[in-house]
Amino acid sequence: MKILVAVKRVIDYNVQIRVKEDNTGVVTDNVKMSTNPPDDNAIEEAVKIKEAGKATEVIAVSIGEEKAQETVRKALAVGADRGILVKTEGILEPLAVSKLLQKIVEKEKPDLVFMGKQAIDDDCNQTGQMLSALLNWPQATFASKIEIKDKSLEVTREIDEGLETIEINVPAIVTCDLRLNEPRYASLPNIMKAKKKPIEQINASDLGVDTTPRIEQTKVEEPPKRKAGIKVSSVAELVQKLKNEAKVI
Amino acid sequence: MSVLLIAEHNNKELRPFTLNAATAASQIDTDVHAVIIGHECGEAAKALSELELIKKVIQVEAPHYENFVAENFAPVIVKLSENYSHIISSANTFGKNLMPRIAAALDTSQISDITKVVSNDTFLRPIYAGNAFATVKSKDNKKCVTIRPTSFDPCESSGGSAPIEKAEAGEEFVQTKFIKREEIKSDRPELGTARVVVSGGRGMQSGDNFKLITSLADKLNAAIGASRAAVDAGYISNDHQVGQTGKVVVPDLYIAVGISGAIQHLAGMKESKVIVAINKDGEAPIFSVADYGLEADLFEALPQFLEELNKLNTIQK
Repeated sequence: MKILVAVKRVIDYNVQIRVKEDNTGVVTDNVKMSTNPPDDNAIEEAVKIKEAGKATEVIAVSIGEEKAQETVRKALAVGADRGILVKTEGILEPLAVSKLLQKIVEKEKPDLVFMGKQAIDDDCNQTGQMLSALLNWPQATFASKIEIKDKSLEVTREIDEGLETIEINVPAIVTCDLRLNEPRYASLPNIMKAKKKPIEQINASDLGVDTTPRIEQTKVEEPPKRKAGIKVSSVAELVQKLKNEAKVI
Repeated sequence: MSVLLIAEHNNKELRPFTLNAATAASQIDTDVHAVIIGHECGEAAKALSELELIKKVIQVEAPHYENFVAENFAPVIVKLSENYSHIISSANTFGKNLMPRIAAALDTSQISDITKVVSNDTFLRPIYAGNAFATVKSKDNKKCVTIRPTSFDPCESSGGSAPIEKAEAGEEFVQTKFIKREEIKSDRPELGTARVVVSGGRGMQSGDNFKLITSLADKLNAAIGASRAAVDAGYISNDHQVGQTGKVVVPDLYIAVGISGAIQHLAGMKESKVIVAINKDGEAPIFSVADYGLEADLFEALPQFLEELNKLNTIQK
């Protein structure tokens, strides 16, 4: 079984986001970038499946500017065998990303495609589902447990009402929840080894996909600020304020 | 052209956020039609036809629609879509799972999780866990939009009498098989719509200690929430998680207990009307969004909270 894992380079989850003064976006210059957190879970799961002898190869793919190579390299350092970087400039919407991934899937013919359920920058939660629609493959979104069977997967999905279990035949797409596993850290020897692993570079323009944005982002603003609250000194004071001032209990 | 709303239901009843999505749909165009796909879902279809904002209901039934598998649902909606300018659903796990499959089939760039309709092609949506808001304008002919349910009021559940039309079912997608759903049944208000939410975090230290949260929630007729840290630690099940990758809640009163207030958690609750934080670390970021902060050991404060509530003559329900 061959597993392709899509990883995205995003602003690190610990960074306090700042909106640009001209309202055209958020500040990304000199800001720490990392792998989208649930994409780390996707890589971890693929590597674990390979370690259990149930997959033969794990390929990490990222789409973006040259620097997204670091994100691919990090996936190689935690166990992916080789990498692919699809180079693009400018804004890419999930629809364009899924079309580019479709081209990579057609070329690499993986049995499974894993990725995070959502990117923490645009919060769209679309790419996996779109890719599976384009390929007409089954999808298991928001996965918190994956069991590999002979020609299928049993996946536990986190849904609003609780948990749902589905069985999907391969080839299939899985989007991963943060609770799927505990991603490992790359050890120094593995980081050194990853430098020797191959990363194939492909220009998005060579894949014959129109990636022109369909959505115009006309303005980006700060969220409304909450008024500063007060500290209360006792539970009795808190309950009195809630009853008589806020009038919510 | 009209707007098509995808109803969410359990084959018996409508799920409540369908009413919020109907409101959002009506702000795009007043001619709102709703499609309900399910198995033996006549009662839910009838309830849908009674919503005041719905002008027509399209009911599609087959046994393979019983469990809401997106691979079965998407082709039905794609087929219906030619008569509609917009396809709308809630941005909960139902809509998040389904809508991108429709959008890709229609070659449309989806707009996720909108909090405001600016015009029929322009919407406001949070990005970066709500640390920024983007105004976005769709240039696609057909628009696929998911709405953040807590940002729109539910419409009236009565007063409508829309005709119910039946449409033909599609084929079953056999590569995906539903096995089971484990729903946590509770008599409490639903987390997404509760007037009061009491949430616990890592500071609770164990699942057993969550009974302190439960007692307070009982007293206030509140739903129970949790931070991701508490769910990851196994203190409570995933359906309670509030935050960027969990649920977004906007109650009148949100009580955060033993929650430090990571930006990912704040993303799910900072629009609440009144926020209370109880935490022994006075520097915890949760205090920056709290209207009332109490710096205290929660194991002392929660029993006192119950005692103080017991002294009150009345408590709002």
